[in-house]
Amino acid sequence: MNFLKKYLDRVRPNFEEGGKLHAFHSVFDGFDTFLFTPSTTSGARGAHIHDAIDSKRTMIIVVAALMPCFFFGMYNTGYQHQLALGHDTFPFWEMMLYGFLAIIPRVVVAYVVGLGIEFIVAQWRKEEIQEGFLVTGILIPMILPIETPLWMLAVATAFSVIFVKEVFGGTGYNVLNVALFTRAFLFFAYPAQMSGDKVFVATGTALGYGHAVPDGFTCATPLGQIATQTTDQLTLTGVDGKILTTWDAFIGLIPGSFGETSMLCILIGASILLLSRIADWRVMFSVFAGGLIMGWIANACATPTYPASYLTPIDQLLYGGFAFAAVFMATDPVTAARTTIGKYIYGFLIGVIAVIIRTYNNGYPEGAMLAVLLMNCFAPLIDWCVVQANISRRMRRTKVISKNA
Amino acid sequence: MKLKLKKGLDLKIAGKITDMVPRHTDVRIFAVAPDDFPGLKPKVDVKEGDAVIAGSPLMHDKHHEEVKLVAPVSGTIKAVVRGERRKVIRVEIEKDDRDAIRQFDIASVSSRDDAMRLLAEAGLLAEIRQRPYDIVPNPEVAPRDIFVTAIDSAPLAVSPELSVADKTKQIQSAIDFLGKVTDGKIYISVRPETVLPEFKGAVKVEVTGAHPAGNAGVQAANIAPVNKGETIWTLDIVTLARIGELVMTGKREFSTIVAVTGPEVAQPCVITTFEGAQVAPLLKEAQLKDTNHHIRIISGNVLTGIVTEMDGFIHFPYRQLTVIAEGDDKAEFMGWASFSPAKASVSPTFPGHFSDKAFVPDARLNGGRRAMIMSGEYDKVIPMDILPEYLLKAIIGKNIDAMEKLGIYEIAPEDFGAAEYVDTSKLPLQQIVRDGLDYMREALE
Repeated sequence: MNFLKKYLDRVRPNFEEGGKLHAFHSVFDGFDTFLFTPSTTSGARGAHIHDAIDSKRTMIIVVAALMPCFFFGMYNTGYQHQLALGHDTFPFWEMMLYGFLAIIPRVVVAYVVGLGIEFIVAQWRKEEIQEGFLVTGILIPMILPIETPLWMLAVATAFSVIFVKEVFGGTGYNVLNVALFTRAFLFFAYPAQMSGDKVFVATGTALGYGHAVPDGFTCATPLGQIATQTTDQLTLTGVDGKILTTWDAFIGLIPGSFGETSMLCILIGASILLLSRIADWRVMFSVFAGGLIMGWIANACATPTYPASYLTPIDQLLYGGFAFAAVFMATDPVTAARTTIGKYIYGFLIGVIAVIIRTYNNGYPEGAMLAVLLMNCFAPLIDWCVVQANISRRMRRTKVISKNA
Repeated sequence: MKLKLKKGLDLKIAGKITDMVPRHTDVRIFAVAPDDFPGLKPKVDVKEGDAVIAGSPLMHDKHHEEVKLVAPVSGTIKAVVRGERRKVIRVEIEKDDRDAIRQFDIASVSSRDDAMRLLAEAGLLAEIRQRPYDIVPNPEVAPRDIFVTAIDSAPLAVSPELSVADKTKQIQSAIDFLGKVTDGKIYISVRPETVLPEFKGAVKVEVTGAHPAGNAGVQAANIAPVNKGETIWTLDIVTLARIGELVMTGKREFSTIVAVTGPEVAQPCVITTFEGAQVAPLLKEAQLKDTNHHIRIISGNVLTGIVTEMDGFIHFPYRQLTVIAEGDDKAEFMGWASFSPAKASVSPTFPGHFSDKAFVPDARLNGGRRAMIMSGEYDKVIPMDILPEYLLKAIIGKNIDAMEKLGIYEIAPEDFGAAEYVDTSKLPLQQIVRDGLDYMREALE
């Protein structure tokens, strides 16, 4: 790799102050530090050695943890497409290729738009490029329905990156989770295209590959179906009209957002995040705990007015974006609560509110998304209370002492 | 009294001393650097060519003239090195062989003021730190309690007990003497396997736990934290023994051991010399490995020390030299993706995390500086009842009220050494804390 290093060192002057390519110095910097560990060393005072972990590796681990869901999403997209076509053969590689071709334009658009904005802002602020969008850029296509139009995805990504992240100061300063905000933006700005029974199964050709499904095809996600049911006997059907079982939902062969359907793959991702200690187990654990408890309460007081209350607590976790939000969204350290006790409260309330919203408001099956965004707003308040407890402990100590004196 | 600290981090670094038998080497040049005594505004009392004896004043504090920095050896002033705007960098002394030593008047010490004056005059007050602010103590303020540590938990450090094992008499006299200074308690912290006996008038604290458990301030925060308006002193057992020597004989003790450690040292060893010794002869004795990469010589340990050069000096309060690779001449391809077991990390994403082998670090940051992204990283290595992230943010925001409420009086930069090491965002935490303490002091005084 020496030749690459030499090449970078040779072209570096062009990007420095006064060089003709100075306008691209952030981009150059980004690639340079990506390829070679920066040789910046510690100052004359302070810690002289530093742990090998940095934010690049941290973010890449999260992306790696998302990969099982991503690959399964490819498979499931192809699988649902085959079902929609009415086929009864499921050739693995053809389905994977279809899924790949269906998702790749979305990934490209998300990264190009998001990273483009990040590069420009970094250049403008004369800062290094931050890695946060590496994760956001893959999350965005994964939490959207596969049929989301590309231009909407581009608009929503740009809006979120600029108004949710950059105006607050960039990675590390945002209040709301950027990827989820992108989803929420689309959900509220283009409700017709973002929900209902037309967008969750790929029906067209993917970059010219595969066959288009005849017009008029519809299939809602399980949560979408529940919202319209009126009896206490929930019947959830797949694209082919067959009854969906809990097992199907666990494996993930159900219609839904690209990366969110498979509990199995989410659990694999969760174990990567927990074993690597990148994500905080407290948050993850308490989201599931909150969901289970609220799911149990809702189920115990089930009424036909709120059909989703007939879902068992386990089903609440399996369907929709709940598990994905618990593992990959709630655990975002920047937008989550930062104090230890705060994390339990924050996570627990996400779980509870997610189930409340999806159960008691039929219009919003995406309770998990709204719950995380809502708690993002409340995380600073939760932390404030925990910090106040620490402060008052200290104040009390001072008072005791001045009394004795 | 037992103190169990659960948080902290012990780093295993190559270059540990195995042979504790001290060697001796002849060092000719010594120096005192006023920057090593935070809070002290130096005014130089000597000029080039002056003859000094061990214990004679080199500098005094502008605000408290009785607080002196004294010569560690007898000899002549070689240079008064000044930097920008005539700021005193250090005073260098060329040692002679007279070994003359100043006799302090100890007979007339009876009151607290006398005791303070003796400590200040002998340069020993400058070797103590007070909290709040982690500075040279204000001689007008009697400390609430005094915390003495006989533990150095920093990487590769040798136990300070090594130098005081035969000084129990001095330690006892020092405790009796410090009883004049404080009405509170004197705590002496030791490891459970200590060889030190119980001392009358002092509370023995058996501390277990990883670094920074050995820091007197960390112990204080867990035993009797500093509250607003209170002052405590922190010092180590070696300084305590020196106070004892002074009050018993009227003479200052300056001889010290220096632990020469680190992966770039061929024969890590303990060397006896005097305070402020020049680095070159010490490294000559311990020998550097024959390498052609850049090296970094640290006066002190890898977490809190100060960079020095071959012709530089041991900085107070350190009795340790650590030599590591600088690393700025390394070109590492995609280091962030590495699975090399040679990389040390608290993160299980590196195989080195599971290895028990001592590792060979260099001085690279191993990443770019970022905003605080990960949460709870600092908490794991700071065993105090404070919320480090919030305190640091208050400091960065220069919010005095918040700093006070979040416990700035309890901390010193050294307590954040391990946190600075583990930080994913590579922030200069100790510098932030130092700046915060200075800002606070300026604003309030």
